[in-house]
Amino acid sequence: MSANITQLAYLIATALFILALHWMNDPKTARKGVMSGVVGMTLAIAATWIQPDIIIHHGWILAAVLLGIGIGYPLALVPLTAVPQRTALSHAFGGLAASLVGAAEFFHWLHAAPQEMTTFNMVALLAEVGLGGLTVTGSLMAAGKLQGVSWIPQRPVTYPGQNFVNLLLLLLAIGLGAALVHDPSQAYAAWIFAGLVSIALLFGVLLIIPIGGADMPTVISILNSYAGLSAVAMGFVLNNKLLITAGALDGSSGLILSIVMCKAMNRSFFNVLFGAFGQVQASTASAEGKTYKAETAEGAAQLLEQASLVVIVPGYGMAVSQAQHKVRELYDQLTKKGVTVKFAIHPVAGRMPGHMNVLLAEAEIPYEALVEADEINPDMPQADVVLVVGANDVVNPAAHTDKSSPIYGMPIINADKARTVLAIKRSKNPGFAGIENDLYYLDKTWMLFGDAKAVVGELVKNLSGAGH
Amino acid sequence: MTDQVLALTQTAAAAAGAVEAAKTDLWPLLFVFLLSTFIGVGVVSRVSRLLHTPLMSLTNAISAIAVVGAIIFTGSELPPEQRVLGFIALAASMTNIVSGFFITDRMLKMFKEKRDQK
Repeated sequence: MSANITQLAYLIATALFILALHWMNDPKTARKGVMSGVVGMTLAIAATWIQPDIIIHHGWILAAVLLGIGIGYPLALVPLTAVPQRTALSHAFGGLAASLVGAAEFFHWLHAAPQEMTTFNMVALLAEVGLGGLTVTGSLMAAGKLQGVSWIPQRPVTYPGQNFVNLLLLLLAIGLGAALVHDPSQAYAAWIFAGLVSIALLFGVLLIIPIGGADMPTVISILNSYAGLSAVAMGFVLNNKLLITAGALDGSSGLILSIVMCKAMNRSFFNVLFGAFGQVQASTASAEGKTYKAETAEGAAQLLEQASLVVIVPGYGMAVSQAQHKVRELYDQLTKKGVTVKFAIHPVAGRMPGHMNVLLAEAEIPYEALVEADEINPDMPQADVVLVVGANDVVNPAAHTDKSSPIYGMPIINADKARTVLAIKRSKNPGFAGIENDLYYLDKTWMLFGDAKAVVGELVKNLSGAGH
Repeated sequence: MTDQVLALTQTAAAAAGAVEAAKTDLWPLLFVFLLSTFIGVGVVSRVSRLLHTPLMSLTNAISAIAVVGAIIFTGSELPPEQRVLGFIALAASMTNIVSGFFITDRMLKMFKEKRDQK
């Protein structure tokens, strides 16, 4: 009877989780989606906890739940510019939970229930622990890179034979796994298991070190998918359909986001994971002999004021200098003067999917003003001024013109089609991917050098103080 | 057929609890996995690109459903070493649940259509 109630609760939770994702299709209903998720999760937890024939150590559970709330609540309060790191960190926690439960199950079987170690169960369990393990270290590395932790190299790290080493490790893991599945209760089973876990952990690190910042949106999405799949594997191990459903929802969400990100960069999964993007480019030489034209804030403010359509292209630079609130002030000033202002959002701008949208929403810019790259491009020739705030690769015309460029073929925001280009840039160095950007050398381009927040602040001051 | 499946699951769960689940019903589980992946792909591909960051934090909280397995290992009659593993897993899952749902809601609150006229 109690089992029926548990299954019924799981069934309802499944429906609520699907509805939660469904309601995310529109910002108007999205918060209802969160509520639905919360109710589903509460039901699932309660139904699992209240099984008197199984659960007896209530104190332990209560302590762990309280500990989780104690860590989780502060993590929910991080500044929104730190959301990519928080997300990566939570993938790590997800992977950790899956691999630890897997490990507990393995030792339980090994000592108390060897008859459970069927081929199917063992494969599912090793998938759970392996995926979980590499998600832990991979996500921690990604979080470290995003946070700018000093001892984690920011630039992609590559060495000769890197993919060969990774492949060798993978084969070793498969060999060990096969040996364990073949005879799970052999004398050294625990050691083989420990070896497999170590390889998974090492593999997570090795997968992330060759990946640069510009690829983070894709990598975060892939890790998202892995975290979901490890929950699915746990569902197979524990014979629990709720785990499989919820894990599959997370897995497919990560998969879709990865595909969106890859398409936005015109690259394949394989290329992102093993291509070591952002290595030295030969194109630096071609930049010689070209000069930037710098503009003052006064001049730029005048240009903006006289425009009828201004398109702002935000990028990671806006997040780094936390310029979104100043950008909102600029938006207010210009709108007040009758200028139409739109924001062109590239899918891979920033460090995670949707990063720019969240920052601009935080600054209370209405979401109608946020336009996707492919929707704004037809309007670009009508734009009087395009203002690039800390974006680089997503407006690089080399994607259309230079076949030798690593970003050739990537769909970009056609900033070069606008009548005038204003670009805010911290320094004269190339962007994160290390690619020279010809947009800055065009006749119609004026550069504003400096920190994005300071420069936009200057623009606002000039616009509001410009009583003349 | 479905009755049989249901009965099987129930007896499996009731007889021994999830930890001791005697027989894993491979095929029904694979069906569930396949169908929910298709549902996931269908539902998620309709999510507005505006909301991709909150989407990721929401699915992250939902995939912390691993909490179910963690509770069983923390609270069951098992050797303490295994329960410690469950304990850490439970704390990690709860962290994701709490921070995931809260931050998603915090972000979604900020998405406004038009600001009130001042």
